[in-house]
Amino acid sequence: MSATPVVSIKNLKLALPSGSDRPHAVDGVSFDLVPGKILCVVGESGSGKSMCAHALMGLLPDTIIREAGEIGYDGQNLLTLDDAGWLALRGRHIAMVFQEPMTALNPLMRIGDQIAEMFEAHNLLAPRQRKQKALQLLREVGLPEPERSVRAYPHQLSGGQRQRAMIAMALALEPTVLVADEPTTALDVTTQAQILELIRDLQRRRNMAVMFITHDFGVVSDIADRVVVLQHGKVVEQGPADDVLRRPQHTYTRALLAAVPSMQPPPRAPLADRAKAVEVIGLDKTYVSGGGWFQAERRVRAANEVNFDILQGETVGLVGESGSGKSSVARLVMRLIEPDQGTVRLGDADFTRIAGRALRKERSRIQMIFQDPFASLNPRRKVGNIIADGPIAHGTTPVVAHKRATELLGLVGLNASAMERYPHEFSGGQRQRIGIARALALEPEIIVADEAVSALDVSVQAQVLNLLEDLKARLGLSMLFITHDLRVAAQICDRIAVMQRGAIVELKPTAALFSAPEHPYTRELLAAVPGQISSSRAA
Amino acid sequence: MLAFIAQRLAKAVVVLLAIVAFNFTLIRMAPGDPAMVMAGEAGASDQIFVTQLREKFGLDQPLPVQLYRYVKGIVTLDLGFSFRQQMPVAKLIAERLPATLLLTVTAFVISLLLGILFGTLAARFAGTWADTAITILALIFYATPLFWVALMAILLFSVSMDWLPSFGYETVGANYTGFAHVLDVGAHLILPATTMGLFFMATYARMTRASMLEVKRHDFVKTARAKGLRDAVIQRRHVLRNALLPVVTLAGLQAGTLVGGAVLTETVFAWPGIGRLMYEALLQRDYNLLLGVFVVCSAMVLAFNLITDLIYRAVDPRIEFAS
Amino acid sequence: MSKLWRTMLRNPGGVIGFTILLLAIAIALFGPLLFPTSPWRMVQRPFLPPFTVPGLPLGTDALGRDVLAGIIYGARVSLLVGLVSTMAALAVGIPVGALAGYFGGKIGDALMRFTEFFQTVPSFALAIVLVAILQPSIVSIVLAIAIVSWPPVARLVRGEVLSLRTREYVQAAVVTGQSHSWIIWREILPNALSPVIVLASLMVATAILLESSLSFLGLGDPNLMSWGYMVGAGRTVIRQAWWITLFPGIAILLSVLALNLIGEGLNDALNPRLNKEGR
Repeated sequence: MSATPVVSIKNLKLALPSGSDRPHAVDGVSFDLVPGKILCVVGESGSGKSMCAHALMGLLPDTIIREAGEIGYDGQNLLTLDDAGWLALRGRHIAMVFQEPMTALNPLMRIGDQIAEMFEAHNLLAPRQRKQKALQLLREVGLPEPERSVRAYPHQLSGGQRQRAMIAMALALEPTVLVADEPTTALDVTTQAQILELIRDLQRRRNMAVMFITHDFGVVSDIADRVVVLQHGKVVEQGPADDVLRRPQHTYTRALLAAVPSMQPPPRAPLADRAKAVEVIGLDKTYVSGGGWFQAERRVRAANEVNFDILQGETVGLVGESGSGKSSVARLVMRLIEPDQGTVRLGDADFTRIAGRALRKERSRIQMIFQDPFASLNPRRKVGNIIADGPIAHGTTPVVAHKRATELLGLVGLNASAMERYPHEFSGGQRQRIGIARALALEPEIIVADEAVSALDVSVQAQVLNLLEDLKARLGLSMLFITHDLRVAAQICDRIAVMQRGAIVELKPTAALFSAPEHPYTRELLAAVPGQISSSRAA
Repeated sequence: MLAFIAQRLAKAVVVLLAIVAFNFTLIRMAPGDPAMVMAGEAGASDQIFVTQLREKFGLDQPLPVQLYRYVKGIVTLDLGFSFRQQMPVAKLIAERLPATLLLTVTAFVISLLLGILFGTLAARFAGTWADTAITILALIFYATPLFWVALMAILLFSVSMDWLPSFGYETVGANYTGFAHVLDVGAHLILPATTMGLFFMATYARMTRASMLEVKRHDFVKTARAKGLRDAVIQRRHVLRNALLPVVTLAGLQAGTLVGGAVLTETVFAWPGIGRLMYEALLQRDYNLLLGVFVVCSAMVLAFNLITDLIYRAVDPRIEFAS
Repeated sequence: MSKLWRTMLRNPGGVIGFTILLLAIAIALFGPLLFPTSPWRMVQRPFLPPFTVPGLPLGTDALGRDVLAGIIYGARVSLLVGLVSTMAALAVGIPVGALAGYFGGKIGDALMRFTEFFQTVPSFALAIVLVAILQPSIVSIVLAIAIVSWPPVARLVRGEVLSLRTREYVQAAVVTGQSHSWIIWREILPNALSPVIVLASLMVATAILLESSLSFLGLGDPNLMSWGYMVGAGRTVIRQAWWITLFPGIAILLSVLALNLIGEGLNDALNPRLNKEGR
């Protein structure tokens, strides 16, 4: 390290209010920020990484006690700075970009005004010049049609555009330090790649020190010069990015790195001569919204002539970005929504033409695992009931159903005592296991997993994926696996279908898709996956 | 914007027609044979007169025809005839409507301004004695019956202290003109408008406080702080503006309550508006007048809803107009 | 439920509210036993100020009736009307809202148009008209109050059901082949109940206010002594006898305040900020 640090955090100790799950949010953390360098602070949820960012911005909640340590900036300790000092510092010298660009922008103010506010806060420029400058900044961050965007309200921009506007705002006063708190987590992978590129580019041009907070090692390897790994509020490892990623010293870092799925699909035995478990023929669904007397109709084509099949014992992946229609297709296959056209066949039976009691009976053949482990279990029912309700509805006696539920809990790696407990007593990963047990309770032939591991931390994600893979093989299930994460898809799918705007643009065996993508969109998606240099480096 | 107004107007007209039809059913439900009642109200009850009345008002026609005639009448602003007062209902109401509008609009403006002011103060100083005092006062006014507050206000400011007039719209027989008349009406307006506004002030203050505390926790407030903006600016520009949206919604929903408040307030203060007229109609069991006032009240509420809707659309850019 | 009570008891407003309400209920139930004479009977000379004659602590009204006895009998009417009309409004509003929210489509639209219509009509004016036409009686008053107060219930329930219907655990129930009635009863309504309970307690308060306002205008049940009637009767003589209007008004204020406090306490206890730190 040749350059002198602009920010130097030493032995930072932040106490959580009493009654929290641990005494300190951040416990003895030290690191430096250097001009022209990006420092990535990595950790899973609850590791205290966001607290570090908020401490540096002076935005800690009042309930957090600054117990010890110092944040050195420009010869002063920021922890002892008064309100007036913070007002002068924030935005002007240290600026911040937040995770959710939708909620981080005021919905009632035009983008240009929100940027101009930055100058106003520090009494710079005349009002007209502020507008001019806002426009110039929007141009610099590459917002399309900056003249229009400057007058737009946040809801009129896309997620990526909003994040660009946020970055323009943060850079307005040419701060020396930029704090970015998971700035790409809420974005699609192709947008994420563009935003990462933008941050790196601007940081180099302006020689800023960047503190970049993320949970994603792929992003780290793409952008970091230095890495700090946090676990439970403590630094377990820090050093140059190359060292940490390639030669991790601490077991936790190693475990985290190992849990990141590789872009290399593992070899899979070909599934020849199998019968079709699911056949989807010409599925069409268009959502129409608005459309009253005086209102224009809005049409969104969620499924456009979707055709695919799943062989017995096969896992077919459905990948795409948000709004590509992949979740709609999952729900159409499940008959949670009705198609405008098309057929879904389960084995020999037509699943789309039945209704009422017959449909309810057939439903046991195809079951679903949901995305959000916190929303997919009824908070007012005991876990035992949640699992046993389905079989009871299909005529199993309660005693048998509960006995079977206990066995299923064992199968997904939970204790039988879980039967009598409520969902809120479990962690995200455990809840997802309960969701799997519920899906298996009806002894289905097909499982539809809708972003089933997306809400989980990487280490938990790996465990749940392994469980799914194992159960699928043991019970001979077929699976439709919906995900936005190509790395996950590479690991678990036999074949992958890529969706864009409601249509499947490419459907191929996994290995072939990764090695020889044909459709331009597939190529774009594959290229955008972060951390590809490192996975080859780490291998 | 114009398309939106047209759409809402069309909707309001449909609702108004529904209310009129509903009103017609209510009239039919009123006790007694309408012709007999009318005859009674007119002070005569011989059989020939009743039959004449029946023919004159089409009461011998089948119900759909009667409904058609009734709706047609209302479209031409014919709300029927009050036999007790020997005047067309529409004329009676037209005479009284301005006083009611003056009272309700004044009360509404007072309550909205003060309610938002107190709510903002309470949220700004949440947890301090000022917040506690405002919250407790708001709770009490929120729970106080309007007619009783009005009486207590008369007792205190009019009977005990003799500060303000407690009766009527202007000083009877004084015949003030010009500015003196305005002052006189103003003095008469203070007590009714304030007592009527208290309940609504409490409602808006509670809503503003809760809404501001809610908005404060949004991410964009954190963004504003990260810009280095002063707290006063953040509160006004970012918190208050967003917090007022639900207050506008609430104000729209309460239009009906405002009209109900006018009936009670006007009764207590002998304010010569349509609320007082409704009370008089009640005392005399004058159903034609009663239901006429009811239709006009409903129309007022519809108009008020339309206005708050327009304000809401103007303030919140997220609701887009059809182009 | 015991946890709910504990949270409630930590809220000072809720405790005060419960205390006042329990007191009011006790008065309504047992008060008439202590004052067996009818509140309509003349017991002393008219216009006796409070605290002047033993046995008549709140004085007498313009007809020499005991003001305290009136307040005690009035508690029955207020609480009864408040409770029964709220129950009736819930009995209409919950099914309408649940059906409109769950099935949506044309039926749901029609139900909501119907609800909106009733919400647009000025409620107090409608209540006046209804009671006047049906003739004042306890039944017509309860009916009128129920008719004007069910729409908010329907709207609230519909909103809750709409959002719960897309919740993943409800979809999971659909997927496992549960019937509509099972899903509505077991998965949706239990989770929609908390805000309805809060609304119900506030509705009882509003119903008491409505009843007293109707009685004040002379639309009360002529056979039952009520607080609103007492205020209305004392209105014309307020310059001579302030106590006739003051005390019943305080009774209304306290019971409505108590119910509002309970509503707020319930709201805090039932709808704590769902822990969002999960991710």
